[in-house]
Formats: sequence, structure tokens, C-alpha cells
Amino acid sequence: MDTIKQISIFVENQPGKLAELTRLIADANIDLRTLSLADTRDFGILRVIVNKPDEAEKLLKDNDWTYKTADVIGVKLPDRPGGVAEVLEVITAANVNVEYMYAFVNRIPGRADTVFRVDDIETTLKALRSNQIEILTPDEAYNG
Amino acid sequence: MAKYWQEDIETMPYEDMKKLQNERLVKQVHHVYENVPYYKALMDEKGVTPDDIQTVDDLHKLPFLTKADLREAYPYGLLAKPLSECVRIHSTSGTTGKRVVAFYTQHDIDLWEDCCARAITAVGGNADDVCQVAYGYGLFTGGMGLHGGSHKVGCLTLPMSSGNTERQIQFMRDLGATILCCTPSYAAYLGESLHDMGLTPDDIKLKAGIFGAEPWTEEMRCSIEKSLGIKAYDIFGLTEISGPGVSFECETQTGMHINEDHFIPEIIDPDTGEVLPEGTVGELVFTSITKEAFPLLRYRTRDLCVLSRKKCACGRTLIKMAKPMGRSDDMLIIRGVNVFPSQIETVLIEQGYSPNYLIEVDRQNNTDTLDISVELNPDQFSDKMKDVQDKEKSLAEAMKTMLGINPKVHLVSPKTIARSEGKAVRVIDRRKLHD
Repeated sequence: MDTIKQISIFVENQPGKLAELTRLIADANIDLRTLSLADTRDFGILRVIVNKPDEAEKLLKDNDWTYKTADVIGVKLPDRPGGVAEVLEVITAANVNVEYMYAFVNRIPGRADTVFRVDDIETTLKALRSNQIEILTPDEAYNG
Repeated sequence: MAKYWQEDIETMPYEDMKKLQNERLVKQVHHVYENVPYYKALMDEKGVTPDDIQTVDDLHKLPFLTKADLREAYPYGLLAKPLSECVRIHSTSGTTGKRVVAFYTQHDIDLWEDCCARAITAVGGNADDVCQVAYGYGLFTGGMGLHGGSHKVGCLTLPMSSGNTERQIQFMRDLGATILCCTPSYAAYLGESLHDMGLTPDDIKLKAGIFGAEPWTEEMRCSIEKSLGIKAYDIFGLTEISGPGVSFECETQTGMHINEDHFIPEIIDPDTGEVLPEGTVGELVFTSITKEAFPLLRYRTRDLCVLSRKKCACGRTLIKMAKPMGRSDDMLIIRGVNVFPSQIETVLIEQGYSPNYLIEVDRQNNTDTLDISVELNPDQFSDKMKDVQDKEKSLAEAMKTMLGINPKVHLVSPKTIARSEGKAVRVIDRRKLHD
């Protein structure tokens, strides 16, 4: 399936916590392909896509970090006005809710790839495909 | 297999028990009056003589002893036997201030160990059992008390003391421990560690646990029973009176039978000191009627609980006490509302959180603040912020319903709140520091 494995990690709002976590990932030679942080007063959820998801999962587990994995969809968006709106319209028309989304940090000129977390993956993929919207393969997401 | 350790006493009709108590009480009051000048002064001050005490019904005439008395009389002021006849001391854990020292003759130790043997027998223990004592050994009564009881019963006794969790689990497995004795918080930690090591209750032979020395809830009982695959029993005691085994739970798990042939219980109104009728919540008071070296009369425990003489299905006639619902000195008064840590624990376990928590009370702009840090349960974590916030919110609401005040709930990473190997520190009251 053309979904990407995203890892979400519970991070307490404490000085140095985020640095500690990203250092752990760096020292294991795992590349953060993209990330997004949602935060509240007490804690944050760091969502990452890495080049080696299975290794990252094991690393987090061994180091007692609380995490959850989820399948997300990466969409190859054109970098122009209306790019995001069009995709959201397609997803909405398919009656699917977007839980959250964030941009993919890649350096392909003319593209603004975006990660979507939706409540119905199958339907979303179908709707995107029938509208000729290009989907990021796991290999593209992990290895660029 | 014996169901009771001392059947004649444990199943004695109440009329006979009362006779026994009367005899022992009369003798004990004379012993104390003649040998403990500190208590004699209290009796004289109240105008009570030993002759005024003829039966248990006269108990209310005697003056109370409190922890403050014990501190004032430290170390020898309440000693009723020459030191040459004493063989041991134990000391309180100092959870609530200065330590208190209690003395024992060999006879005192024997009777105390019998009380613990009754507790072990009541959970199904016998000479075929392997009893792992993971209470602290030393000044604390927990380790030595259950150790002695286990010896009496004839169990193979593993004197582990507390701590070194990996070794605890290794011995538990290698030597096939069947009974575990420790604090409930340590039992919960052992259960957690077992699972962390990739083991399940099927990998151990434990069948029963005897847990005490700190307050715990029914919810915590369920979670320990599940994680260790055992039946968990409560035991109650206090160093001032002897140690664990003042009362103990039987197979029905419905409150603790008080060894009332040694310790007469009363429930009083903590404010007026008046004796309350059976079934009323109040402060528990004990009178030691067999202790030789350190015989306390009408000692106020500060534990709030209820007594019941309802017939127990186990066949024991010994009066039962409910699990103490708090200590009058554990109670926090926050914005004028009485809050017991056990209430917070109940909510946490109901909602699937670990019973490890930290309560922080402070005062800002003349208003009390209550902050409760709770370990996130990894199973409840979600990548969706709303899910996590909903859980935090529902926890805060359940707390508010239970406590009557609005606490701030903070979710923290699992296993980051310090575990204790003895008594857990769960409350930090910063208001006291400002006074």
C-alpha cells in the first residue's frame, strides 16, 4: 500500500527533552525526513517520518519513549496557489476527515509535498488516484 | 491442611473473647500503672486508678496516648520492663516526623510472630510454601515481623528485604516463591518489572501476596492481582502496637480481622475523643493487653476506619476493621476541602492509569493549588492531540467529581515518577514551607 509509516512520540514540556530525543535518533544514524510538533502546556507530540522506521521504533522502545505508529498519506503537491485546497476538496468530497496535515521537508523544485493523516485511508487513496493526484511512495518518502 | 493458626482463639465466641480481654486488660493496666511513670501521671491527672478498670467497658475511662506522647517519652519513657528483659527494638519509618522506638521482650516477639503466622495461614500458607519477604528488614517492623511469622508457619523463608528488583524476580522464579510479602506499591512495581522483563504470571508460582504498611485501594488490589496472577491480601499493623499482624485479611478479602486477644480496638471521634458505636467511621484506637515491654493503652493511630462484628464466612470470630480510609494526618485540606491521596489513586486506576502519581499542593495569591502528575499509559497514547487531551480532560473531570475541587492534571512520561521500594512519597505540600 502507498502509505507512509509515521511515528508519534510523547514529549514532556521540559527544557532539553526535544533535544534529547532528536539526539538519540541522530546518534543511531537515522534521518528525520520530516517532522511536525503539536504541543500543549504540559506535553507535545512529535510526529516524524524517518528513513528507517523499524529501526527508529526499536530505538524508541529500548529507550522507554512512549510512541505510536500510524499510516499516513504523502501527496505530491504542485507548489502553486491552490495546491493544498484542491487536494483537500478531493478528500472532503470523498467524505473523509483530515485529522491533521503537515508539509514534507524535501527539496524538489516546484513541489510542496504534504503529509495527510485521515480517518479513512482506503477511500482517500482511491479518491486521490481517480483525480490523478500523485501519491508519494514509501520509498520516495523514506529515501527521497 | 490447617485453616487457622490458633483455631481456639480465632474462632472463639465473643463472650469468651470478652472474658479473656477483661482478664488481660485488668492485669495490663496494673502492669502499666506500676511500671510506666509517664502513663501513671496521665491516669492520676485524670483521676483514674487501676481499680476503676474492671472490664473492657471501662476502657473509655483511661487517658489516650498519642504520637506526641511517644516522642516526648522517647526513648525509655514508656518502657515497662527492665532493659535486661528486652531483646529487640523496632522503630517507625518516620513518615510523619520524628522516629518512635518500641521495645520487645522475647515473649512480645513470640506473640507478634503468632499474629503474623495467623495472617500467613489465613491466605492459605503452610509449611509447603515458599514465602518471599520483600519488606525492608531492620528497624522497620515489616520485614522481621513477616519473617518471624513465616518461620513459625514453617514456610521456606526468603529474607529478601526490599529493593534489587531483578534479584527479587530471579529468586521468585528460581526458588518458586508462592507467597509474597511487601508494600503494595512495591508489589505493583514488581508486577510491572515482571512484564518489562517479558515474563507473565505463568512464569512464576506466586499464589498470594500479603501487602501492607501503606494505604492502598481496591482498584490497586485488582491491578496487582492481575499483574502477578495472585490473590492480594491486606495486612495492618503499626510499630507502636507491635508491627504487621495487628489485623489481617482472610480468604474473603472483606476487611481485616483484628487479633483482639492481644489488641483491643475502639473507634473514637477524632475531635471529641468520644467512643463511637460499631459501624461508625472514626479514629482507630488500640490497647495492647499482652505486650510486656512497650504496652500502650488507648493509643490513637490517626487511622480513620470502621469496625464490624458481622459474622465472617471464614469462620473467624475476630472483629473486623475496614481498610483505613485515610489518616487524619494524611488528609490534605485544600481550599477547605478534605482530600485523601487514596481518592486520587482510586480515580487513576479506574481510568487505566498507573497508581504512581505525585500530588503537589501549593498556595498562590492566597489560593491553594492542587497539581497531580500522572504517568501516561502507553496504550492510551495517540498521535492525535485531541485524543490525548480528551483523556487528560476526562481524568481531570473524574478527579473533580471525586474530590470536589478542580485539580490541574499533568500527563508525564511513563515510569518517570519515582518508584519506591518502601513507603511511597506521593504528596508534596509546599504550603508548609511558607508558614
